[in-house]
Amino acid sequence: MKKILAVFGLLVLAVVAFVVYKMYLQPLPEGLDLATTRTTAAGHFEVSIAPEDPDYQRNTLHAWIATITTPDGTPVEGAGIAIDGGMPQHGHGLPTSPQMTEDLGDGRYRIEGVRFHMRGWWEFKLAITADGVSDNITFNLVMK
Amino acid sequence: MMKPLALGAVTGLAVIAAALGYFYSQNNGLTEAELETARTLSLASLPPLPADPSNAVADNPAAASLGEALFNEVGLSANGEVACATCHLESRQFQDDLPLSQGVGTTGRRAMPLRGAAYATWLFWDGRKDSLWSQAIGPMESAVEHGFTRSQVAAYIAAHYAEPYKALFGPLPDLAGIPAASPLGNDAQQAAWAALDADQQDAINRVFSNAGKAIEAFERTLMPLENRFDRFVAARVAGETPTGDAALTPQEIAGFQIFAGKGQCTNCHNGPRLTDEFFHNTGIASPQDPVTDHGRASAIAQVESDEFNCLGPYSDASPEQCGQLRFMSRDLHLFERAYKPPSLRGVADRPPYMHAGQIATLPLVIEHYNRASPAISGHSELTSLGLSTDEKAALLAFLQTL
Repeated sequence: MKKILAVFGLLVLAVVAFVVYKMYLQPLPEGLDLATTRTTAAGHFEVSIAPEDPDYQRNTLHAWIATITTPDGTPVEGAGIAIDGGMPQHGHGLPTSPQMTEDLGDGRYRIEGVRFHMRGWWEFKLAITADGVSDNITFNLVMK
Repeated sequence: MMKPLALGAVTGLAVIAAALGYFYSQNNGLTEAELETARTLSLASLPPLPADPSNAVADNPAAASLGEALFNEVGLSANGEVACATCHLESRQFQDDLPLSQGVGTTGRRAMPLRGAAYATWLFWDGRKDSLWSQAIGPMESAVEHGFTRSQVAAYIAAHYAEPYKALFGPLPDLAGIPAASPLGNDAQQAAWAALDADQQDAINRVFSNAGKAIEAFERTLMPLENRFDRFVAARVAGETPTGDAALTPQEIAGFQIFAGKGQCTNCHNGPRLTDEFFHNTGIASPQDPVTDHGRASAIAQVESDEFNCLGPYSDASPEQCGQLRFMSRDLHLFERAYKPPSLRGVADRPPYMHAGQIATLPLVIEHYNRASPAISGHSELTSLGLSTDEKAALLAFLQTL
């Protein structure tokens, strides 16, 4: 009996310790999709994003390249992109106002002025308009 | 039934205590993840000083030498008694220990310490300047700081620093007969400025901005200093046991864990300078009643319209190099009464705290964050922490290692 209760006591404390740990470290939500190639919400576009400099550092200003195609793989030309985002776990938006500054052709677009000033989970949202069609996609990024 | 239950709980606790004791003895109290966080906060993570393309002499030693002289020059003030160094004392971490700094009058702000300031994106508590050189010339024309004007700064440099100035920046303009003049001065000074032709104004602005660029070159030499925490982390990362003053006490280590965990301090105080260089509303009281100071929300229009910003005619940068200004967030709601977190290096040695010295001591600062009072204007980002007396003491002990 004593042994069972001891194990039970240990279990309770372990659970408490785990909950406290989870609370303070604000881990990523279960099943967070970290893919950098995604289909937009309504299925109109396929979008890939990649940092222009793969070695960019947290809390520095840097650029991303977004590549947009139709679902059949045709590059989307002449798109407009509005950028938004933030940290859902901290309730704040992006620290800067990134903008699409250059249409590089072949469905590729440069997004400048991106800065992530904290470690953790960031949402990076693109609202895309092309040929009269608007759609959006929210990427999830994790800053180390 | 009570007795076995109590025995069970006690046994459980004892097992956990023993496990924790073993863990602490093996790891000096830090998990690998905590050690990695500690490393990001230590000087070992400090990157090289970023270039300032808006200042062509930013890393010129001769400019730094002139800048140091100008930094200490009381002649650049209305009463001949105020220099940058008056409120930024080298012996006091380049700050002045006062809630509100004293120039020719009383300012509305606490002087910031300067070591590592060259890493900042935005200058002043509200970030109304986007470079150190542009920041440095602001106080010279403030009626309560140096109380001087840009034409007087140019004339003083021509009279006292002509040789080093010309060697760096070329010929000085002829300023004979020009009175105290500034677009930011009192009525007489503004009228005098308006009476100058555009070429004279430009020539004065050029000398004025170059004075700032020399001061920036000096300030870029003021790097953060190694502290006990840095030595502790360096030893731990090298797989060694910290010795001497690098050996943090269990209480100091517990304080670090609260700093990076339950205390949520690293939300804003992160990176090797222990600041994210951004702006946050933390519900700090206003020394003004009614509230007239909106922090970053007021500064956005100021930095955008500043002729001495990165995109202005006195900047040496190309527009493409002014990304921080071009892509600046203009979210007035987010920035209402938001201020820049200062670096926490040396923090325990420089009360009082906050942008106008509103909080007298570090324990009271911890209590402010623990309570998380709502903001008087805008929205505080804080949530109450529920720190115990022991946890607050540990956090204080950790802050004293910085």
